[in-house]
Amino acid sequence: MNILILGANADIGYALAKCFAQDKHTMVLASRDMQLLEKHAADLNLRYGTTVKAIYFDALDFKSHAQFYNSLDYKPDIVVAAFGYTENDADRSFEEQRKIIDSNFTGAVSILNIVANDFEARQQGCIVGISSVAGCRGRKSNGIYGSAKAAFTHYLSALRQRLSSSNVYVLTVLPGFVATKMTASMQIPAALNSTPKRVAADIYRGIQRKRNIIYTPWYWRWVMMIITHLPENVFKKIQI
Amino acid sequence: MLISGWGRYPKIKADIYSSEKHEKIADYLRNNHCIARGLGRSYGDSALYSKIFSSKRLNCLLAFNAETGILHCESGITLYDIVHSFVPRGWFLGVTPGTQWVTIGGAIASDVHGKNHHRVGCFSEFVHSLQLVLPNGEIINCNREQNSELFHATCGGMGLTGIILSAQIQLIPIQSAYIEQTTYKTNSLEETIELFEKYSNVSYSVAWLDCTQTENRGVLILGEHAQNQPYDFLKTKTYSIPFAIPAMLNRYTATWFNKFYYQMHRNEAKQTIYLIDYFYPLDRISNWNLLYGKNGFLQYQCVIPESNAKNALQKIMHKINSSSHKPFLAVLKLLGTENANYLSFPLKGYTLALDFKYSQELLPFLNELDHIVQEHGGRIYLTKDACMSQSFFEASYAKLETFKALREKIAATAHINSLQSQRLGLDR
Repeated sequence: MNILILGANADIGYALAKCFAQDKHTMVLASRDMQLLEKHAADLNLRYGTTVKAIYFDALDFKSHAQFYNSLDYKPDIVVAAFGYTENDADRSFEEQRKIIDSNFTGAVSILNIVANDFEARQQGCIVGISSVAGCRGRKSNGIYGSAKAAFTHYLSALRQRLSSSNVYVLTVLPGFVATKMTASMQIPAALNSTPKRVAADIYRGIQRKRNIIYTPWYWRWVMMIITHLPENVFKKIQI
Repeated sequence: MLISGWGRYPKIKADIYSSEKHEKIADYLRNNHCIARGLGRSYGDSALYSKIFSSKRLNCLLAFNAETGILHCESGITLYDIVHSFVPRGWFLGVTPGTQWVTIGGAIASDVHGKNHHRVGCFSEFVHSLQLVLPNGEIINCNREQNSELFHATCGGMGLTGIILSAQIQLIPIQSAYIEQTTYKTNSLEETIELFEKYSNVSYSVAWLDCTQTENRGVLILGEHAQNQPYDFLKTKTYSIPFAIPAMLNRYTATWFNKFYYQMHRNEAKQTIYLIDYFYPLDRISNWNLLYGKNGFLQYQCVIPESNAKNALQKIMHKINSSSHKPFLAVLKLLGTENANYLSFPLKGYTLALDFKYSQELLPFLNELDHIVQEHGGRIYLTKDACMSQSFFEASYAKLETFKALREKIAATAHINSLQSQRLGLDR
């Protein structure tokens, strides 16, 4: 299978790349930091004997997305949107907030629309969107990130419905807290912090089993079920 | 977060930082007093300090030359990564310690040795060069020709010269993923030593000793790389201890285990076993250190020069026999000549490693063992050490002053510290 991982330098994206490489899939890694990306590609090729390629991709450069996708050597069978960005400071400037929205939502819509059209035409494919449980309910500490992820989850759901009659699968991944470079500055209790390796294994299994929505680790489904059902009067007073 | 070495003694609170970007690492080192840490498999306090740089994000294989067998990799790469990526392709490590869960940085900083030191020396023998960040943030290349002083200080230098970013390692070609193993049962320490001498030209050798009985019976395990066997990689099942099990390993279970271990082996038995099982038997239980309970344990590893070895070892065994401290595991290995690295542990003689459950009374007891080792011209392995005195350390490492002078020169003395370096007077 041909795999395209957008945001392959992200910890989860890279861990997922390892899962695919282990099973010897052909893979293209895409990200902005080419130096790091080439290092990652070389590592995968040395470990698993694959011929993984590294190409430049900027989620925020919407105009480049069509050309990016058309210039791929071969059309992928599975596309993973693993890029994302957050700053966990509530009083960020609007510019910063817009960057969060664009990196997590608008950029994803831009590229995945192109992918979806292609998959629909080919009547095959799998789109994996790495969203977040932060999108399940708006919290003050990451309201903008959460909104963007909520929008992304919503978008993936609409895509799933649109593409279901075209033999195309859309997997929404909802991780909880994961120990990555994105959350490195956050204080997260160790018991709640998962690892990129564990999340990637769950995602990989979800892809193989053609799941629609997965929470990783599994217990976040139940945690968020409780959180989303709390009455607003109660929720607004909680310090989380 | 609360952190410790493999022995889980001592434990301290530390802030841990990691990055894969060289500029960020250089910046961090410039602005923080810290120590580097790999997988934390040194037993004592060598990788403990209030601020720690973790090499976990330096986890990429960079390049491999299939003609020469030279691998360029980052310092956070583990021996596990190398074994799993390269054994199926016919390459192995020239020197490997008894666990795969050690980083390249750690293997270099401890200048680890394996079951073949008497034949090929330490891990650094197979290091062509390394890339190091100095306390002032400068990144330099060190090998035996360029910045050679720093090379000899860093190999075995317990992380006290800087942060290792990457290294060029020489792998060795192997003909299969199997080892031809031969075991011999012995009835005494003398017999074990005799057999070590007799089989000193065998590639790999190690002996387990029973320290729970007066007669120190043993099992000598020899190994050679097998020819005509497959390279196929088998996934071995590992077990995980869920939490620190109180009092699981004590003098009674130690006695029982040692009896069982001796019975389990047949004399002059030959077996072709999988490479992972020969070199890394303890890796089967992924966190076996928890078996010692919440207070942890100490491993006492010393080396005695060959002329005094039998004498010293007998005295040590005698001391253990007449005490309540029974080592759960005792391992003896033959070591070859000392190398040029300033703080490298091995010298020509025998090394004995003893695992003791921690207790208050253990530390003075180990001090008494130190006296025996010192009076016979031996020394302690820093990677296992958690309680050696500064005076014993200074008396037993002849190149210490050279090491200290170099540290001073690169401004590491006041900048790169660990609990161990503080305890051993390396920071003054």
